[in-house]
Amino acid sequence: MSTRETILKAVAMNKPELTELPDMDLSLSIQYPNLINQFVSMVESSGGKAFCQNSSEELLKDITGVKSEGKFMINLLENLPSTELENQNASELESLDTLYLRARLGVAENGAMWISEKQMSNRLLPFICQHLVIVINPEDLVNNMHEAYQQIDAVSEGFGVFIAGPSKTADIEQNLVIGAHGARSLRVYLL
Amino acid sequence: MRVKQHAEAAQEFILDEARTDWHDETLWFVRNKRDKAVNTIPEWEILRDWASRIKNHTLSNLDHYLTSFEEKALKNGIIIHWAADAEDHNRIIHKIITDNKIDKIVKSKSMLTEECHLNEYLQNRGIQILDTDLGEYIVQLRQETPSHIVLPAIHLKRQDVSETFHEHLHTEKGNYDPQYLAGCARQHLRERFVESELAITGVNFAIAESGSFVVCTNEGNADMGVHSAGIHIACMGIEKLIPKTEHLGVFLRLLARSATGQPITTYSSHFNRARPGQQMHVVIVDNGRSRQLGRPDFRNSLKCIRCAACFNTCPVYRRSGGHSYHSAVAGPIGSILNPNLDMQANSDLPFASTLCGSCSNVCPVKIDIHEQLWKWRQVIVANGYVNKGKKAGMQGMAWVLSNPQVYRFSGKIGRWVMRTFPFIVNNRLNVWFKQREMPRAPEKSFRDWFKENK
Repeated sequence: MSTRETILKAVAMNKPELTELPDMDLSLSIQYPNLINQFVSMVESSGGKAFCQNSSEELLKDITGVKSEGKFMINLLENLPSTELENQNASELESLDTLYLRARLGVAENGAMWISEKQMSNRLLPFICQHLVIVINPEDLVNNMHEAYQQIDAVSEGFGVFIAGPSKTADIEQNLVIGAHGARSLRVYLL
Repeated sequence: MRVKQHAEAAQEFILDEARTDWHDETLWFVRNKRDKAVNTIPEWEILRDWASRIKNHTLSNLDHYLTSFEEKALKNGIIIHWAADAEDHNRIIHKIITDNKIDKIVKSKSMLTEECHLNEYLQNRGIQILDTDLGEYIVQLRQETPSHIVLPAIHLKRQDVSETFHEHLHTEKGNYDPQYLAGCARQHLRERFVESELAITGVNFAIAESGSFVVCTNEGNADMGVHSAGIHIACMGIEKLIPKTEHLGVFLRLLARSATGQPITTYSSHFNRARPGQQMHVVIVDNGRSRQLGRPDFRNSLKCIRCAACFNTCPVYRRSGGHSYHSAVAGPIGSILNPNLDMQANSDLPFASTLCGSCSNVCPVKIDIHEQLWKWRQVIVANGYVNKGKKAGMQGMAWVLSNPQVYRFSGKIGRWVMRTFPFIVNNRLNVWFKQREMPRAPEKSFRDWFKENK
């Protein structure tokens, strides 16, 4: 008997009597009177910075600023995804300073934003960049994770991720350090 | 080398009183952060109930969900391996490494690989793995093991980290700034991510209906490795399954709030297929889990989502440190999982508890941890794995407590001895006297007082 069969047989023999899945009434889940305020406060408490006033001018300033410093940036808000970008590897992207991209959806309860593989074009980008800039339509905000999973298709593409804040660690004496291995900062424009 | 029992190791841990207090208070601080996060969610108890029932249901139909996961994952081009035990798990990974002639390997946090002693296995075969979670990286450099499943280096102070980094990464001597130290590690590890050929990760949740899996980190180390490397190996215990994608909504709301008090981890990565040109492997591991499934009193320990809320709240864990548990998974949950792996070697662990029940109260999937600790004690005694002294003492107590006349008589003697010859109990031979004053013995028992005053 193969290992697979041995394990499955042992599981089948030892499992308890079948119980039912809960009937989940998702309407019991938290709702916020003002989605934008709640979302912005969660982005900021997770170490990010959110812009909701004059956000299109602010974003333009952001992009011009990074451009003028001559740093390596990728702007997925303008550029169409290219096979060249899709195929770039870690050593080619290692010096990426700033990435701009749009998220499909934002979650008010925790400030997380869903980015699908298509939106990031190359799976490494949102992680390897030093600074991450995410643009999100305020109409794409939902209350909680249950609503989020109702709206996204989390498994149709090869990969997808919820990102909440810049990368962080508290592994040295529980001191919060922003910028562990992923992005060192996160800016979010509601636009 | 003989492994120290929990009580012995804890005795050494508490010799440094200042550090013990720091450890205790820091973990209690994390527990408080958990409470604050939990209190923002009015439906928290409903969520716990759903999570518990989803996991109960999954366990009751686990063979079906395993085959469903496998079928979908295979369709998605994922290569599936089955491992009966730790040895199998290690051998499978070793084979993937040698078949592909790999020598640059990064690993993000996976308690399963710790449970299987993967690093050691590969090291003995001349293969080095780099642990990339900052806490795990620190303990790996120090040739230690994680002392906490979420905060692997919680037993260390910044001075320890600074010295370790100075020795291995040549950081500035005496610079204790966490920002500086983490920054140096970031720089060093970035090079290793970029050149990595193979990345190993754990799995937080595997979804039966889609063959996908989710990995949660705050640092981004899992993703940095996986998306750089040409091969991804994800290791999961058979209990990591959940039936549907929508159930992630429940578990992701519970996990980080219970673990660190964050509303969600920074990254919740959903892996469905390898990227073009990449190999994606999933190793599904039993290692005693199907046996635990067959123990009605202990099977629901398999619902655990490894948040470590039970560690942070446990008065014994906080004051004895993770290494005292001599296991990959320490704390209250480890104390009910480890006796299943090796009852004799871990027979001390269910006794490392006051049975206060705080662990069960904070558990996001409602595992009755403290009740299982108590039940394991009985199983362990029945199997003869307690020392003779403890056994004789317990039998003596049982005899006294089940004979009212003997009980009253010994109470009288005890009170008289404590009043008349206090030195008989106030000395080092009496373990109850250690770090405590013995109480003053009353004149009479409550029963006598009640008879007089009722």
